[in-house]
Amino acid sequence: MASKVTSAVMRQGLRVLGVAIRTEKAVFTLAVLASAVYGGMTVASAWALGWATQNVVLPAFAEDRVASGALWTGMFLILGTALLKAFGVAGRRILAGVMQYRMQARSRRDVTKQYLRLPLAWHHRHPTGQLLSNASSDAEAAWAPLAPLPMAVGVIVMLFTAAVAMLFTDLMLALVGFLIFPAIAVLNLVYQRRLSPLATRAQQLRAEVSEIAHESFDGALVVKTLGREDLETERFMRRAHELRDANIAVGRVRGLFDPMLEALPTLGVLAVLAVGGLRLSTGSIDSGDLIQVAYLFTLLAFPIRALGWVLAELPRSVVGWERVQAVLEATGSMDYGSVNTKAATTSPEPAALEVRGVSYRYGEAEVLHDVTFDVPAGRTVALVGPTGSGKSTLVQLLVRLVDPDAGQVLLDGVDLRELAYGAVAESVALVPQQTFLFDDTVRGNIALGLDTADEDVWAALRLAQADGFVARLSGGLDTRVGERGATLSGGQRQRLALARAVVRRPRLLVLDDATSSVDPQVEARILHGLRDTAEASTVVVVAYRMATIALADEVVYLDHGRVVDRGPHEDLLARCQGYRNLVTAYEREQAERAAIELTAGEEEEVSA
Amino acid sequence: MTAQSIQRSSDRSALATIRHGLSLTPEFRKGLVVTLILAVVATAGKIIVPIAVQQTIDTGLKGGTPDIPYITRAVLVCAAAVVLTALAGYVMNVRLYKATESSLATLRVHGFRHVHDLSVLTQNTERRGALVSRVTGDVDQISTFMQWGGLMIIVAFGQLFVATVLMFVYSWQLTLLVWACFIPLMIALPRFQRLLSRAYTVVRERTGDMLAAISESVVGATVIRAYASERRTAERIDKAVNANRSAQVKAQTIVGFVFPLTEIVAAVAIAGIVLLGVRLGLSGDITQGQLVAFLFLVTLFVAPLQTATEVLNEAQNAVAGWRRILGVLDTPPDVADPGEEGVELPRGPISVAFEDVHFAYPGGAPVLREVSLEIPPRSRIAVVGETGSGKTTFAKLLTRLMDPGSGRVTVDGCDLRDIRFSSLRERIVMVPQDGFLFDGTLEENIRYGKPSATREEIELALTELGLADWLEGLPAGLDTPVGQRGESLSAGERQLVALARAYLADPDLLLLDEATSAVDPATEVRLARALEGVTRGRTAISIAHRLSTAENADEVLVFDQGRLVQRGPHAELVGVPGVYADLHASWVSAARS
Ligand SMILES: Nc1ncnc2c1ncn2[C@@H]1O[C@H](COP(=O)(O)OP(=O)(O)OP(=O)(O)O)[C@@H](O)[C@H]1O
Ligand SMILES: Nc1ncnc2c1ncn2[C@@H]1O[C@H](COP(=O)(O)OP(=O)(O)OP(=O)(O)O)[C@@H](O)[C@H]1O
Ligand SMILES: [Mg+2]
Ligand SMILES: [Mg+2]
Repeated sequence: MASKVTSAVMRQGLRVLGVAIRTEKAVFTLAVLASAVYGGMTVASAWALGWATQNVVLPAFAEDRVASGALWTGMFLILGTALLKAFGVAGRRILAGVMQYRMQARSRRDVTKQYLRLPLAWHHRHPTGQLLSNASSDAEAAWAPLAPLPMAVGVIVMLFTAAVAMLFTDLMLALVGFLIFPAIAVLNLVYQRRLSPLATRAQQLRAEVSEIAHESFDGALVVKTLGREDLETERFMRRAHELRDANIAVGRVRGLFDPMLEALPTLGVLAVLAVGGLRLSTGSIDSGDLIQVAYLFTLLAFPIRALGWVLAELPRSVVGWERVQAVLEATGSMDYGSVNTKAATTSPEPAALEVRGVSYRYGEAEVLHDVTFDVPAGRTVALVGPTGSGKSTLVQLLVRLVDPDAGQVLLDGVDLRELAYGAVAESVALVPQQTFLFDDTVRGNIALGLDTADEDVWAALRLAQADGFVARLSGGLDTRVGERGATLSGGQRQRLALARAVVRRPRLLVLDDATSSVDPQVEARILHGLRDTAEASTVVVVAYRMATIALADEVVYLDHGRVVDRGPHEDLLARCQGYRNLVTAYEREQAERAAIELTAGEEEEVSA
Repeated sequence: MTAQSIQRSSDRSALATIRHGLSLTPEFRKGLVVTLILAVVATAGKIIVPIAVQQTIDTGLKGGTPDIPYITRAVLVCAAAVVLTALAGYVMNVRLYKATESSLATLRVHGFRHVHDLSVLTQNTERRGALVSRVTGDVDQISTFMQWGGLMIIVAFGQLFVATVLMFVYSWQLTLLVWACFIPLMIALPRFQRLLSRAYTVVRERTGDMLAAISESVVGATVIRAYASERRTAERIDKAVNANRSAQVKAQTIVGFVFPLTEIVAAVAIAGIVLLGVRLGLSGDITQGQLVAFLFLVTLFVAPLQTATEVLNEAQNAVAGWRRILGVLDTPPDVADPGEEGVELPRGPISVAFEDVHFAYPGGAPVLREVSLEIPPRSRIAVVGETGSGKTTFAKLLTRLMDPGSGRVTVDGCDLRDIRFSSLRERIVMVPQDGFLFDGTLEENIRYGKPSATREEIELALTELGLADWLEGLPAGLDTPVGQRGESLSAGERQLVALARAYLADPDLLLLDEATSAVDPATEVRLARALEGVTRGRTAISIAHRLSTAENADEVLVFDQGRLVQRGPHAELVGVPGVYADLHASWVSAARS
């Protein structure tokens, strides 16, 4: 069964090579040509040596004189073949490199394009580490056999020429060759079959080791604060040791076959000498022929292993290619319509939003059920609901990060799915609950590729109450913020994210708990600023705090993925118990405490 | 305070790097001599063919008629030698793989551990991806070299050596000739290699840029989508990928030109041997068998020199790999565990003091100034202040994620720097601002706080925190997968898990840095109460912008621009004009209708 699996691997591997060959036809053809020159010249150089032996060396010893004509012809042949061979080698190597790196680059570009194209739901299902290695090491592995491939093709040419040359020299010696070279080929095949599953496993473990390291370093703060370094090291060590054992298993097979592959041609030369002696004694060949064939075997010993290298890389290649392919073939892209919004016009008007019967599920669990509400242009709606009620999910639907399973989200009466690419982003800006900053400058993080004038950036920073601290940063707008914004405080990060949204003057601004990490004073200032300048915007805001809610014209109260009630804050406060419980929690808490203290105080008085 | 950054690479010379690297991997050195001897034996197999050829021509074919029995004997002896050397090759390979893989696994694990031992600030000086490759890809480069290139170097030297010895036995004149041909090449090779190494340095840099660009498209997927910056990101990635490709092709071109030089030199040598050899033959200095054997011996020079640039190249990569992993190991943890010499504090009520603490982030303005305070045992402290006023910094100093620039932080009168990490981390636990969860189930994540905890204990902990209802609402309960970084949970839920995890660890001092900022008010109030009940007797410090925590605290610490400007119970502070009163006023107007 194992051999079946690996012959499938081999077929698959050859198919992968086929893909590369078809894509890079011209380069491949040139590389193979160069390699054929190399192969032919290798055989020719053995023949030149045999010729020189026969016509220069042997006569010199036999007749004690040197025929200078033959001598110079011999020199010319030896040097000429070597030069051509060198030319072939250089061409082969460079072109093989060009082909390999082009294919790698192509895979990487395609894979990342796909990342950018696939819906976020797809991203959620795949670990970051895996996606990163798809684009880096898997793309590398997939095309690794391309490096020795032209050489392998050249070797086939070489073998063929050698066979012909030997047939012309002597049938018996050729027979030795025909025994030895197929033997090498078979040994190579067996080698590849034994190696394949082991190499695949090692590659898999390498990825896993990398994933563990990634996650562990990502969570370094948690590891540290809980003092779990030992536990993490143990987790990493277990996998690292598995990788070690897998690599040693690979080494065992390599160690077994490599010396055998080296010994076979040597044994071939010895056989040539034995058989050649016999043939010499019958006078069927001369010494020059013998030397030529023996030399040929010596020259072939090394390059013939290129076939083995290609085969050895195939399993890794197939694994890499399949992983890359899995990304490329992933479906569920977001389709875009062709409708453009009014955003491009000079005086942007606020957008109207309508959510109609929207449902959404993560895998099996439906987290939004038939959600319906609307936000008239220029109005502000607050989304309120307990932890885990589905607010962030809903918000993602509003800006079309994901599409609903049922129902529609309409912007100015147009289904988001019918809008052209980029149209949603042009009109709508989201400040997500979880701030993400790129390892870039402050300006880069706010503009995100938009051609924004510095004044606009500063205006946005002012609105987000971030101008003060940015001005104090050593490099101002050009300060780099570190990976995920590591050099900033939580509130500072959040305000940059806010500035990133407002700098776009969106017609619909969606804030998902976007002021949770800022202090109440700053929050109040941000909210005032927004109210003053946001006349051009419709706003959807997820919030718990009264001040934010009070800003809203209407409240939508969400619980367990359903709209429980909606209406002005005062009305909801009066009629919706869940809502009241939620938003008045602090007050009630305070009141209760006051009451407890009061009774405690009274009790003290009483007991006193 | 100057911050330590991870050394890009240790600044030793190549040789010193390797020596230092090897000194860290005893597994590799053990039995190395035997492996080397086996390698030499395996290499010796290479000169069997020239000897056999020479013997056949000079003895077997002497006098016109071939001496078949002699040739057969010679061939059989040689064949036996070939088998023997192949056997040596096998044993050598297996030993080599075992030694390198074991030693590199050790190095990997050391490197990994050391990264965790570095301070947070040091860790942040490098991208996560780069840190990961220091313990993965960089180490792989070393192993590739040790298993191929390193071996090639040994084989090459062995091959050149035995070939030269045999050549000398046959003819010293021709030996000199051969060496005269190859020496210029040998001198030139290091030059080529330097050229190549520069090219590969560029490749590595471009690869780094490329990986950074690629990772942006993955980790920043949401933002990219939300702002429709796919095209711009794709352009950036394409540029980086193509730059990487060009650098690779350039390096490969250098290899492509250097590699075949050996062929040409070998051909010159062969031509020279024929040219000079026949003349030596005429004067009787050499037999024809020896002359032909020379032609075979020259081929032994080709492979080592041909692969030399590549081997040097790999050596270079391996040295770079060594440097990068040693760069980690050589970076001393600036917030170090005193280990055995440290103090082990008994558990129980805990008191904390800051004595005139100053702190500045590397290259930045002071963030904390003249902070002095005491936190008595069993107290309930709230820390408030504007954003960026230094609250998180204060928390990091208290948990010794960083050391103060000047002044000291003490626990039970003992300087934090003298307390063993095992003891410190057991007594003080912080829940950071963004609760990171590991990809696993809820149960696994909570258990991280106390690895020995049973499922019942975990359920009990959640119940004590008043989260039993929430847990019941989850379809898979404790077995709910949280996703990477916990992203399959809502932000609030993530914080609940992070809190439960810290609670289960049962520290003497629990420090919450906005640990419930995303949790809804009703749950937060419930949680605060539950915590208050169950952590009686312990110290709790919470940093929060929601001042409900402050209202109920024993004492409030108010930070403003890095200074501790006010402290006292809420009732007292709220009455006097100042930072706290202002904050509270805006909180009240924000939180209440
Ligand atoms: N990627 C995901 N995969 C599976 N389930 C998810 C995912 N993201 C969220 N959920 C689940 O969906 C529900 C709603 O999550 P959502 O993030 O929308 O809540 P939320 O209202 O924003 O909560 P919070 O106030 O805590 O931010 C939660 O129960 C959560 O566990
Ligand atoms: N790793 C860092 N490197 C450089 N500067 C930093 C780093 N972390 C924080 N800072 C700076 O130190 C100051 C204090 O930050 P800190 O995180 O302590 O504030 P905070 O009071 O916790 O604010 P927030 O309420 O927003 O979380 C800020 O100005 C911030 O920019
Ligand atoms: Mg949310
Ligand atoms: Mg903070």
